[in-house]
Amino acid sequence: MAELTYREAVAAGLAREMDRDPTVVLIGEDLRAGGVFKTTKGLFERFGPVRVRDTPISEQAIVGAAMGAAMGGLRPVAEIMFSDFYATCWDGVVNEIAKARYMSAGRLTLPLVIRSANGGGIGFGAQHSQATENWAMCVPGLKIACPSTPGDAVGLLAAAVRSDDPVLVFEHKALYGVRGEVPDGDHVVPLGRAGVRRSGADVTLVGLAATVPMCLAAAADLAAAGVEAEVIDLRCLVPLDAATVLESVGRTGRLVVVEENPGQLGWGAAVAALVAEEAFGDLRAPVLRVSGGNVPLPVAKELEAEVSPSAAKVVAAVHRALDHRRVAPVA
Amino acid sequence: MSTDTSAGQAASGAARGEHPTPDRNEGLTADDLRDLAPADQDLRLYRAMAFVRAFEERVETLYKQGQVRGPAHLALGHEAVAVGVGAALGPQDRSIGTYRGHHHALVRGTPPDGMMLELLGRAGGVCGGKGGSMHVLSVEHGYLGSHAIIGAHLPVAAGLGWASQVLGEDRVTACFFGDGATNIGAFHEALNLAAVWHLPVVFVCENNGYMEYTPIETVVPVTYPAADRAAAYGLPAITVDGNDVSAVREVAVAAVATARRGEGPVLVEARTYRHGGHSVADPAAYRPLGEVEAWKARDPLAVHRDAAVARGGDPAVYEAVMPEVREQVAAIARRAQEAPRPDAADAWTDVWSDGSSTWRS
Ligand SMILES: Cc1ncc(C[n+]2csc(CCOP(=O)(O)OP(=O)(O)O)c2C)c(N)n1
Ligand SMILES: [Mg+2]
Repeated sequence: MAELTYREAVAAGLAREMDRDPTVVLIGEDLRAGGVFKTTKGLFERFGPVRVRDTPISEQAIVGAAMGAAMGGLRPVAEIMFSDFYATCWDGVVNEIAKARYMSAGRLTLPLVIRSANGGGIGFGAQHSQATENWAMCVPGLKIACPSTPGDAVGLLAAAVRSDDPVLVFEHKALYGVRGEVPDGDHVVPLGRAGVRRSGADVTLVGLAATVPMCLAAAADLAAAGVEAEVIDLRCLVPLDAATVLESVGRTGRLVVVEENPGQLGWGAAVAALVAEEAFGDLRAPVLRVSGGNVPLPVAKELEAEVSPSAAKVVAAVHRALDHRRVAPVA
Repeated sequence: MSTDTSAGQAASGAARGEHPTPDRNEGLTADDLRDLAPADQDLRLYRAMAFVRAFEERVETLYKQGQVRGPAHLALGHEAVAVGVGAALGPQDRSIGTYRGHHHALVRGTPPDGMMLELLGRAGGVCGGKGGSMHVLSVEHGYLGSHAIIGAHLPVAAGLGWASQVLGEDRVTACFFGDGATNIGAFHEALNLAAVWHLPVVFVCENNGYMEYTPIETVVPVTYPAADRAAAYGLPAITVDGNDVSAVREVAVAAVATARRGEGPVLVEARTYRHGGHSVADPAAYRPLGEVEAWKARDPLAVHRDAAVARGGDPAVYEAVMPEVREQVAAIARRAQEAPRPDAADAWTDVWSDGSSTWRS
């Protein structure tokens, strides 16, 4: 067991997979220099120019070449530096990669990963801070992993690289400096299995990536007030571990979903709808969402905080859920 | 030399389903364009073009009868490009193309029966009914698909080349695209990447003068939309008469050899013309009077037959080819029309590698 930062864990996870499988190759911008977030530090020196390929600033070429390489027998891990930049190569991701297996009736297999730095909280502004995981969730054919800890950064990446399906890994920029335990050896966290980070009987909090530590902070505050929150780290949007959420809501009767992407159509809406359809009878309060604001993300600290989810907003939502009194049905 | 073009590609999905794609391969096979010898090459090139012609004519008829599901973009007039380049590829090589791709699929050996089933939306089609005319493919024959977003597959071709390079495999990838694709970013990104990485890719522009309904010269400031741009990326570019199959083949053999030697990508721009509209549904009234006739006078089949006969070929032998391949295609169409329709439940398979479309627990 080693203690690593999230960014070190990404590099370590890539190195583990490259050690394990010689067909794992990296493609992206500035990889040789270690990447702008230092998530590929040391990999060029260790694995050389054949397996660690620096590209021009050509996101369409990066994504398309990863697809071709996967069709040709490699397991490429592509990097899109900021997840906002998916907009420049979204065609390759959604029209080509997501659909190749289906349109070929299973004859094409694309074992590829695209990693990118996602999310806000560090003042990078509207074009470098978006939480774009909900974009991907609109498209059947893409798996979506969003690690919240250094351990998961390694474990989910390992599962993604070994998957025969295309997986988008959204690393959270605000988490890169966070330290945590990374198990030694072959550490794989299967895709589609949520983690219960804290148990509690009063309310279920569902978070993803940076909203998981936020939920845990909220739960600590709530515990001081005598409210026990269960915190579920969804880990993946696709496959979605609906069973874990439904089981938890079955016990707590209350659900607050905490998502960083804009609430007007965030992944939290899908989770809320699922629970409303399948666990309506268990609910003792309306499902609530704490979401990113429906504005482009501003830079100044107070402005960005204003429109971003926070532990305090989660605590407030939980109190609203607890205060809800269900009107007794008319007999 | 391995003929396995499916490295990393598992046969699954419809390939293993209740209605497998027939491996019956009558009419045109991969072998028909392999090992051409001076004594027979003229006739074999002609026959391959004739088969493509007959196939496309039949699709046109079926489309007009309302039997083809979705649009159909035909290669009538483009036969020499597919056959000329196809004849320059080895069994281990790969190709990839656009929605106008029946000809490229056929010349690699994609079973015509499986293609016809796909076009008619019957069970057992090469895409299991999930692709249609614009997405035919045959992984086992090295045709990695027809792609319907302009330019999107050029970076994919670069990636295929990258894989051969990393794996040390002797495979060249031929990538076909239209003149219209030369103005989209992916074209430029792919050419640049392929050039700077010395990838074994031959880019082949089928310049038919039109991007859908718009003449290409009205949107491009250079004479050769692909070849003139290639120079900017340091790619050797060759222009060729795309209606002369021998000329195309000669140029393609040289281009493939360059790529195979590891000297990097080559671009070939073949000038050709589509005899019909952009798709069968398009009457193509925007084309100036006389233009179609002038190009039909240079029909790739006639051009080649005349040259072959001038070289001593027997005119009677050439005369007999078209009726024969039309018969074969008619039988293929009949079999497809009699084939069962797919099970509706097939719509729910093949999203994921476990065969399912399940996204949640
Ligand atoms: C990105 C994109 N834009 C527009 C279209 C619609 N479209 C389909 S075919 C076509 C014309 C393409 O012309 P060209 O590349 O010359 O190929 P051709 O049809 O002549 O073979 C257009 C505009 C598309 N499929 N993809
Ligand atoms: Mg054109």
